[in-house]
Amino acid sequence: MNKTKWFAMASVAAVATALSGPAFADPDEDSLIINEEIEIVTETAAPAHMEYIDTIYSGWRFRSDETQALEMDDFENPGFIAVDSAMEDWAMVDGSEGKSCASCHEDAETSMKGVRAVYPKWNEAAGEVRTIEMQVNDCRTTRMGADAWKWNSGNMVNMTALISSVSRGMPVSVAIDGPAADVWAKGKEIYYTRFGQLELSCANCHEDNYGMMIRADHLSQGQVNGFPTYRLKNAKLNSSHARFKGCIRDTRAETFTEGSPEFIALELYVASRGNGLSVEGPSIRN
Amino acid sequence: MQLTRRDTLALGLGAATVALLPFQVNAAADDAIAAFTGGADMADTGVTLTAPEIAENGNTVPISVDAPGAVSIMVLAAGNPTPGVATFNFGPLAGAHTASTRIRLAGTQDVIAIAKLADGSFAKASSTVKVTIGGCGG
Amino acid sequence: MASGVKPRVKVPKSASAGEVITLKTLITHPMESGQRKDGDGNPIPRSIINRFTTEFNGELVIDVTLEAAISTNPYMEFEAKVPAAGEFKFTWYDDDGDVYEDSKAIKVS
Repeated sequence: MNKTKWFAMASVAAVATALSGPAFADPDEDSLIINEEIEIVTETAAPAHMEYIDTIYSGWRFRSDETQALEMDDFENPGFIAVDSAMEDWAMVDGSEGKSCASCHEDAETSMKGVRAVYPKWNEAAGEVRTIEMQVNDCRTTRMGADAWKWNSGNMVNMTALISSVSRGMPVSVAIDGPAADVWAKGKEIYYTRFGQLELSCANCHEDNYGMMIRADHLSQGQVNGFPTYRLKNAKLNSSHARFKGCIRDTRAETFTEGSPEFIALELYVASRGNGLSVEGPSIRN
Repeated sequence: MQLTRRDTLALGLGAATVALLPFQVNAAADDAIAAFTGGADMADTGVTLTAPEIAENGNTVPISVDAPGAVSIMVLAAGNPTPGVATFNFGPLAGAHTASTRIRLAGTQDVIAIAKLADGSFAKASSTVKVTIGGCGG
Repeated sequence: MASGVKPRVKVPKSASAGEVITLKTLITHPMESGQRKDGDGNPIPRSIINRFTTEFNGELVIDVTLEAAISTNPYMEFEAKVPAAGEFKFTWYDDDGDVYEDSKAIKVS
């Protein structure tokens, strides 16, 4: 290639790099302590089952300083409005049996501690992998005689926020072996399958290109330790299935629905990619 | 020089990135300022506006204003469909003439803070906030 | 009546006489801006909290006029002087005429 052409290319490249900003910005170096007391692990060695990533990061590390600040205090965190609301539901009697969650589980902070960290989880009696939403509805329908809550309804998402919040700081630790192994393998397969007209798999963005910019968004590793999350985009709490749905829809595919076997499997697999990070929900994301 | 298709593409990419993010301005902001100040001059010190340089999401942009000795501070978003954001009026028990809140910005634009000070004079500060479009994930 | 509107306030439990403290307030409210359109293309009318005041023992601390550009779940953080023990009273005014209130007492040491 001749000198003039080389110079033209170099100057174009210089302009492009200068103006594209933090195009290859890795996760930042900040650390997260909530309410000046709950230490959240946002970076740790990747679990053994992950072949292509050495270090896993919470989505918090990829957000701007202002967004990160919102999560550092429970009052500033709008997700906690949901937790307050769920506390009321927790104590409220609902259904034919005249019980509330509190009737059996008493105080949520004690009885639910550690639960979020191990879900989704194999339920031996039911013979299936269950997410927290499924377990809540099982209690409601069989033990309280109440109506099931819809997956993405305010009541359900608020309750998952409450259940997550009491486990914050504990390491995510979902089981991928034993009876859950088949569901986990299916989730892994979905993670690496390309969907839609855009033919994108979860891995294309969240494993191969995390840290890069997708338009003006800083791509994370797509972890779910912070779910349910308060998204600034729609100013409300979102469940992981709602988020999966949005992502797949944006590849221009017919997406799976919340609570489908595909998303349950995917949630189990994605949760296991975060084993070691702290439970962070309800978190704040873009 | 001879340009291949590959070269043109590379040069085009550079040109595209040179194009600025669409910047929005609205004349209604000037009217709102005139109504608040009555046309008086505004000093460029006396009020501080803190806003992020790049807003992660235009739906929730944290800002704060501070004007020691101010009676009230008006905040405008010059590029929003309507420029009014908030007016903070301080009473006798205000501990400091400062306030923080979260606002919505429709696109990249200037956020303006105008303080009315106790002596009847005005001060103005403005900050350009780039509002970004996210990538993906309904 | 906007449904599910709930205020939350954060006030320190006590302060020394004359101290300046930080108050944080939030109210759950959709702050419908009037810019959005519904499924049929009809504009959804504006419906927001348009005013927020805080008084301490009857004296004004702050009086805020809010417009549609304030985010959903309006958050306000500001400072107040605490001359003596007493009660903070927070009031939010909705476009639809509703008024929401909350109050918090503070001790002085």
